[in-house]
Amino acid sequence: MDIKPVLNVKKMSEMTYKVPLMADLAAEGKTPEVLFWVGCAGSFDDRYKKVTIAMVKILNKVGIDFAVLGTEESCTGDPAKRAGREDLFQMQAIGNIELLNAYNIKKIVTACPHCFNILKNEYKELGGDYDVIHHSTFLQQLIDAGKVKMTEGGEFKGKKITYHDSCYLGRANDIYEAPRKVLEQLDADLVEMKRCRTKGLCCGAGGAQMFKDAEKGKKEINVERIEDALETGANVVAAACPFCMTMMTDGVKSKEREHDVKVFDLAEIVADAEGLS
Amino acid sequence: MKFLPQVAFLIALGVTAYLIYRRVSRISANIKLGRSLDRTDNPSARWKTMLRIAFGQQKMFDKPLVGILHFLVYAGFVLINIEVLEIIIDGITGTHRIFAGLLGGFYTILISFFEFLAVGVLLACVIFLIRRHLLKVPRFSNPEMKGWPALDATVILVVEITLMAAILLMNAADTVLQAKGAAHYPQTGAFLFSQMFTPMLEGLSMNALVVIERVGWWFHILGIFAFAVYVTYSKHLHIALAFPNTYFSNLQPKGYMDNMESVTNEVQLALGLKEDDGNMPEIDRFGAKDINDLTWKNLMDAYSCTECGRCTSNCPANITGKKLSPRKVMMDTRDRMEEIGEYIAKGGELDKALTEGHGLYSDERISKEELMACTTCNACTDACPINIDPLSIILQMRRYIALEEADTPQSWNSMFTNIENNMAPWQFSPTDRFNWAENLND
Repeated sequence: MDIKPVLNVKKMSEMTYKVPLMADLAAEGKTPEVLFWVGCAGSFDDRYKKVTIAMVKILNKVGIDFAVLGTEESCTGDPAKRAGREDLFQMQAIGNIELLNAYNIKKIVTACPHCFNILKNEYKELGGDYDVIHHSTFLQQLIDAGKVKMTEGGEFKGKKITYHDSCYLGRANDIYEAPRKVLEQLDADLVEMKRCRTKGLCCGAGGAQMFKDAEKGKKEINVERIEDALETGANVVAAACPFCMTMMTDGVKSKEREHDVKVFDLAEIVADAEGLS
Repeated sequence: MKFLPQVAFLIALGVTAYLIYRRVSRISANIKLGRSLDRTDNPSARWKTMLRIAFGQQKMFDKPLVGILHFLVYAGFVLINIEVLEIIIDGITGTHRIFAGLLGGFYTILISFFEFLAVGVLLACVIFLIRRHLLKVPRFSNPEMKGWPALDATVILVVEITLMAAILLMNAADTVLQAKGAAHYPQTGAFLFSQMFTPMLEGLSMNALVVIERVGWWFHILGIFAFAVYVTYSKHLHIALAFPNTYFSNLQPKGYMDNMESVTNEVQLALGLKEDDGNMPEIDRFGAKDINDLTWKNLMDAYSCTECGRCTSNCPANITGKKLSPRKVMMDTRDRMEEIGEYIAKGGELDKALTEGHGLYSDERISKEELMACTTCNACTDACPINIDPLSIILQMRRYIALEEADTPQSWNSMFTNIENNMAPWQFSPTDRFNWAENLND
């Protein structure tokens, strides 16, 4: 597999962002403190690549010793497992675990709740035991440690923001407060939808629904959900999941509200308030 | 002749006990049709879950008003059973209000408290009837609720109202009889609520009052016996099963989906990580096609379900008009289990029973369309007041569709191929996976 070299290009803001590759570090005999698991959406989805970049900028700014797998990374197998293909999931999992264990990875951070859930809960039984944290928790920890202050203003200052709970963070893993604490750090007006936290409504993409059309019904789930968000009067819908991001963005389009309602990931909001965009 | 009421009572008690024993044996045998699953770990967390969710009814208070009303019926049911104990002792020994002599003045306070609960239960049940029949709460009128399930709910509420009314009438006649100095009626003084009805009864003859008191007494206890048997056939079984069902709750994070060990063996063989030593376990079936493929806990869940529909009213698929209803998944599982249990009880073999009637995975019961609509969001499992897990059944049946029938939707098949060939669910080249980094310093 051809591995691309570390990108190291000068930037106007004098900060040069680096993305160390795991293979390179291993060749030097180094093990990073944390592996940033980018995920398929973070690698290929044009919209979500921006979130990946925001994460890398934050990691650079706070000076965390991290690496990514680059082209060695592979789908965790989540959509296959949820669609019933346990065999395909396990093939993927075993391959990933062999790689992660060979690199002696101990801690993984990821922006995708589906990757997060499966790496944290379902790899263990197959021999992959890691300390896995979602980027919402990771960002909250950086704020708590005073490493991220979000004092650079940015475009979200003073805006009305509503947070959409991802099922695989919230109900699946009881993470409700971390994303909210990150948003509270902004000087913004955080408003809740009528269905939130444990009662949050799914965006419609979980359980491999992202990869097929919905069954016959009277409405699309993401439209039902975006109505909750619009009802709050918020101009920014904060998401913490690549699938939620797609579904909510499509929901905004279906309501023809692209001009005044935008969907952003937590990492993008933090990067912006850190003056990293 | 003197012992006739006692003999009649003992016969009624015996018949009730026998009918309940027979029915509980059937339910237990049906649940044991399920696959094994270990839910005995971490007993302290399990006790805590049961105390909080079943005993303390924590999740019922998600809807505070209904939570209070339901708690009243529950507390009334549990505490009034102390009075039922007295009735049973009286019935067997031929005494009357045996606890009155033992408890003295406290007895009057105790029965007054029970009357307070009885009135509470009665009012709550009336409100519940109004909610079902006049206010038309949407989740009570989904398609799966037509016919027997709706009737079952009404029967339960009407019986509870009638039983509570019988207590009050019996107590009112009793206190009037006491005042008139009737023999065998120990002095207890008037009770909290039934004293309101005594003026209506004071003009009646002693004989008429004895008849009213005895009819109230017999109606109440026979009603309880009949109801106890009825409950074992009804969705109302949750009053008992809520406790074991919450004890055996899933303690893993809700997002955890179990690992199929049978598949691990196959995968390790395929990858050459393991050699076939001839001791590989025989695999009956991947995933669940019928009730015997599900775990015993899935089956206990089905018997515990009281069809309240909170799962369905929170299900994103159902809210947006898809056919999927988590409540229906539980009801279909229970109906199929009953059908198979009945066949086996008549001397049939399980294998033959599974070919009779409509299987659990069929258009008549749980269809592919329903299973495919689930987003695995866990809204149903979160909403259930007694931790029933419809998602577990849905996912096991999806495994059957994918692994045994290879009948998944075409777009999913493409996604599977992409994962196999491109290491991502989309059709991108794996060599492009790191291209995002090129724009990092733009």
